[in-house]
Amino acid sequence: MLSNGKPDSRLTVKKKSQASRVEILNDGGFRSDGRKQYELREIHIDFSLQGPADASVTFQHGLTQVLISVLGPREAKMRSHTIHDRANINVEVNVAAFCTGERRKRSRGDKRMLELASTIKSTFEPVIQTHLYPRSQIDIFIQVIQQDGGLLPACLNGTTLVLAAAGIALFDFVCAITGGVHSTSPLLDLNTLEENDAPHITVAVMPRSGRVTLVTMETRLHVDRFEEIFRLAVDASHILHHEMKAALQRRTRSLVSTMGSGARADHAKEFDMEE
Amino acid sequence: MPLITIQKRPREEAVVTQRKFFKKTARGKVIKVLRERYLRDDVYCGIVECKLCSDAVNAVLPRSGDLTHKQFPNGHYVLPDTNVFLSQMDLIESTSFSVPIVLLQTVMDEVRHRSLPLYNRLKALLKADDKKAWVFYNEFRSETAIVREEYETPNDRNDRGIRKGAEWYNVHISLAHPPVRGQRAGQLARVILLTDDAANRQKAEAENIPCVSIRKYVEGMKDASQLLDLLSATGSEELEPTNASTARKTLYAEYLPTAALLAGVKASKLYQGHFNANQYNYLEGTVPVPAFSKPVLLVGRENMNRAVHGDVVVVEVFDESEWKAPAEEVIDQETTLKNDDAEDSDEDANSDSEFHLRAEAKALCSQGKNTILSAEKQPTGRVVGIIKRNWRACVCHIDPTSLPSAVATSFSIQTVFALPLSRLLPRIRLRTRQAPNLVSQKILVTIDRWDAHSRYPEGHFVRALGRAEDKETEQESLLLEFEVPYRPFGKAILDCLPPEGGQWVVPPKSDTEPVWRDRLDLRNLDICSIDPPGCQDIDDALHARRLQNGNIEAGVHIADVSHFVHPDTPMDNEAAARGTTVYLVDKRVDMLPSLLGTNLCSLRPHVERLAFSVIWELTEDADIVNVRFSKSVIASKAAFEYEEAQLRKDDPNQNDSITQSIRLLNSLAIKFKAKRMAAGALNLASPEVKIHLASSESSDPIDVEQKELRETNSLVEEFMLLANVSAAKRIEEVFPQTAVLRRHLPPPKANFEKLQDILMKRKGFKLDVSSSGTLADSLDKCIDPTAPTFNTLVRIMATRCMLAAEYFCSGSVSRDTFGHYGLASPIYTHFTSPIRRYADVLAHRQLAASISHTPLHPSLHSKANVERIMDVINRRHRMAQMAGRASVEFYVGLALKGRTEALAKARGKNDGKAVEAETGVIEEAFVIRTFRNGVGVFVFQLGLEGLVTFKHDVQFDADNYTLTVPSNSGDVTISVFDKVKVRIDVEKDKNTQRGRVKMSLVSPVESKDL
Repeated sequence: MLSNGKPDSRLTVKKKSQASRVEILNDGGFRSDGRKQYELREIHIDFSLQGPADASVTFQHGLTQVLISVLGPREAKMRSHTIHDRANINVEVNVAAFCTGERRKRSRGDKRMLELASTIKSTFEPVIQTHLYPRSQIDIFIQVIQQDGGLLPACLNGTTLVLAAAGIALFDFVCAITGGVHSTSPLLDLNTLEENDAPHITVAVMPRSGRVTLVTMETRLHVDRFEEIFRLAVDASHILHHEMKAALQRRTRSLVSTMGSGARADHAKEFDMEE
Repeated sequence: MPLITIQKRPREEAVVTQRKFFKKTARGKVIKVLRERYLRDDVYCGIVECKLCSDAVNAVLPRSGDLTHKQFPNGHYVLPDTNVFLSQMDLIESTSFSVPIVLLQTVMDEVRHRSLPLYNRLKALLKADDKKAWVFYNEFRSETAIVREEYETPNDRNDRGIRKGAEWYNVHISLAHPPVRGQRAGQLARVILLTDDAANRQKAEAENIPCVSIRKYVEGMKDASQLLDLLSATGSEELEPTNASTARKTLYAEYLPTAALLAGVKASKLYQGHFNANQYNYLEGTVPVPAFSKPVLLVGRENMNRAVHGDVVVVEVFDESEWKAPAEEVIDQETTLKNDDAEDSDEDANSDSEFHLRAEAKALCSQGKNTILSAEKQPTGRVVGIIKRNWRACVCHIDPTSLPSAVATSFSIQTVFALPLSRLLPRIRLRTRQAPNLVSQKILVTIDRWDAHSRYPEGHFVRALGRAEDKETEQESLLLEFEVPYRPFGKAILDCLPPEGGQWVVPPKSDTEPVWRDRLDLRNLDICSIDPPGCQDIDDALHARRLQNGNIEAGVHIADVSHFVHPDTPMDNEAAARGTTVYLVDKRVDMLPSLLGTNLCSLRPHVERLAFSVIWELTEDADIVNVRFSKSVIASKAAFEYEEAQLRKDDPNQNDSITQSIRLLNSLAIKFKAKRMAAGALNLASPEVKIHLASSESSDPIDVEQKELRETNSLVEEFMLLANVSAAKRIEEVFPQTAVLRRHLPPPKANFEKLQDILMKRKGFKLDVSSSGTLADSLDKCIDPTAPTFNTLVRIMATRCMLAAEYFCSGSVSRDTFGHYGLASPIYTHFTSPIRRYADVLAHRQLAASISHTPLHPSLHSKANVERIMDVINRRHRMAQMAGRASVEFYVGLALKGRTEALAKARGKNDGKAVEAETGVIEEAFVIRTFRNGVGVFVFQLGLEGLVTFKHDVQFDADNYTLTVPSNSGDVTISVFDKVKVRIDVEKDKNTQRGRVKMSLVSPVESKDL
């Protein structure tokens, strides 16, 4: 910044590297949106079915909103996509032009989106019991409607839910969350403002087995801080697991009650008023 | 494991919990931004023992509020709005303003948005021990969060938020104190909204919120008379719109709107730069801009258009035909404008101002007269706008002549002039009730504004420093003038010291002891320190010994400050903010608490101390075979003064190991120096004098003498340079992005032009400035056999042409600008004085990390962070140097005064009566600069620079730098580098109370009658 080709920096007014005028974490311990360090944004899960999909979910985490639909397991459209002993997973991510403040169309071949899709695919390959569905294909379509930080975790969490809702056999949940650090204080679940400022990592955990299926980092994080944030993110994933499980159970109960076959159908009604 | 929770944000309340706004980017694109907000109930009120906020920790607001205000006998807290902080920060900071303050987040954010420096002062205020202030995060509390309504300006929204906050507090207090039977209601403390906005007050009253204007509030306070003066001018305006301000004539052109300025600068039609006032001529200033090789000249008050020294201004450059040369004349504000009246200086009908306008016009005119060579012409222009003001508190005197004499004892409000200590600042108009009391005192004044219809800036009184001429006062005013932080260390800082205090010792050696981890045991080495006399903070010690292979081992041991000062502690932050220890003649303002500086870290003799050692293996020819860095434990065997070490070295009878070690070091140092000189290092000079004080307590100066340099000074210097260079290489290797280094940029050739010209014309010497080596050579050749000090004088003048060395972060500038010009070293840092310089502490931390002793704190991995620290310490370093110099100057003045009085007494004895005109010390001096109406002289013996002015016309030849002065015995020519005799008087200027050094020429010509 300082040496942009001008040898004599004394004469030019130095632009202080003052970041934005928003404090990431103020002295009272509040973040810019009123949360504290270890508080996650609101999570809203809606399982209403979209079009011809086998299951779909609108997963909303703070102001990040993704709509995920799953089709399959079904026969692959192309023979080359058929694998003889297990299912093929196909993930497609589409980002709405209006999802960020600045309107921007992304082409289908956008490298970032392809990378996101492939990350999601490789995260779920060991989680889905693909051997139960040989010679078939599972299509996961992700539509990003709104973005405000934590896109990858929202996609992962939403995909877990939609797969479960579609009745596809999974070994475990995948619960993902971002963790970052501002100066020396760790933060959980960063929004865009914080993601632009603080180094952060995304961690995805399989809560039952405690296995970590994904850790990514696009910024540079000091190695001494890594462990602390990593452990924190793992702890936060367990909290997420509770929330996601509860949502899934609510949906199942409501399904059972609509089918009218459950013994506890009437009882279940109380739960799903909000669905 | 911390408690992790998921926050809820009910959808029905999306209006309150989501914020939507449009933002224009730098490119002009409009972006819609959506942000969310989580409202909560665990935002506490901060009142001690509040029943509703029982969870609140460290609440600071006293339970009953403040009971001393007349208007609010039941106790109250104040809740100031944003403008109060923006305009009345001095009032709030005053120690007599001790009311508990409720600070709303809305206010904090607005202050931060408007002015970062003020925001930082506000934050410092929150931490101050004597203030009771609580930040209430009203935007996050569910009851007080508000949304901007349609057609509401952001300002109105914030005002409403502030009112809402005040309302909530009052409700909250009454809820927390439910009426108890048998006790009368209405005894509760209240929160008072403090605002100067009349409309806001009206609305508040309508909503039944107690509110008051700041002036009214202060009037009801205990120390009203003192505090009222602290009110800044913006506050007083509202009450006294008496003077028909509309009828006033505008004296200055209005500034262009900001957008026009930015567009102009972008299109290269206008130029932006720092405004530098000319200290010899108050009607002239310059603005260096990159577009021209010479700075843009601003001539006359109208063209300088209310710019104050240090402001970032935008200038318009005139056509080349209107370009002028600098006036080369001394114009003194005080003499020219002596008769200007503070009360009505801006009324054009006033005869006084007519008079001074004429005086000013004359002064300006005289420079138009002479025919100027086009080579001397400089781009000339005028200020059209100001980007950033550099207004700070400055030390002033009240001009007693501006005081209406009839009311010298009254306490009515008066308008007076405050004369800043610094010659670079204009005088400031001040309204005060205490004027008669303040006349003989030094006071601190802040500039508030400078309107287009006012000739002078307006300011307000901040505080009195004490009697002028008083040593304490002068000292404090020096520290304030150069913004040296000099408060005693706070409790949080002292808590960072080892709990054992002065009893702390190096623990006995053992494998399990953490202090001894990775530390070399060098206690058996013959280590000694060599320092100036009276040095208490010894941060370096040395040793040298022969190795068995014939090579020499030499070691420099630096106090291990980083062992005690850990990163990101209050002590570390304070040290970073102070940047450096400031040495005044009779006082040292420490960077670190003195327990560390003069005891635990100081490498005192005969005690074990922790050190950071640099150990070289050197050949007989002083070539480095290898270098090691290690933390160590040493026990210095002796602490010498330079002179003592020198005597010991030269005494052939002394042959103990320490003496031999010094001799060995000395022989190496001589070789190092020779190598350095061969590489092109400069031998620079700056005027250095030493002040003898009568005794350590009285601090009365008795004499001044030139500093003497011995061989041992050079010995220590060479080894410190070597250690610094070695450390610099190492940390740059390991941390290429964030190493803390120091560099000295080569000076631009244009800086030397004038000196080269003078030397050529006056003495026939040629100065080759193509590189530091050639410059060193040509400086060596500038010898005048008749004047042995001439060479030093040229060196001093050459030094002034150079740029200042600076600290920098290695990642922020390109690799080829790392070099240190003066030392002719490709890389350099400061490593050897961590007790008194913060840069050295950082270098220590990085070096310790580079040898894997202690992991580096994350803050030192961040380039932005290191850059920020570098900015601060560069500034502090510069200020500290100037403060030190100013302090020496003050004492030289005092010493001269003493000498003059002694002389007068002696003469009085001889003649029986003292002759008034014959007072003063006569000293030899060199002429260093010629003006149209005077000469600048440099008195070697005292390291003092002065000005001799002639009242009558003299002939001035700018090309040859000569001045022809008529005298009884024909015309006498004085030129630059001439040796003259001057009489130096210290006279107390009647107007300014400034003990000022006055010089007049004695030979070759008496200037008294001229």
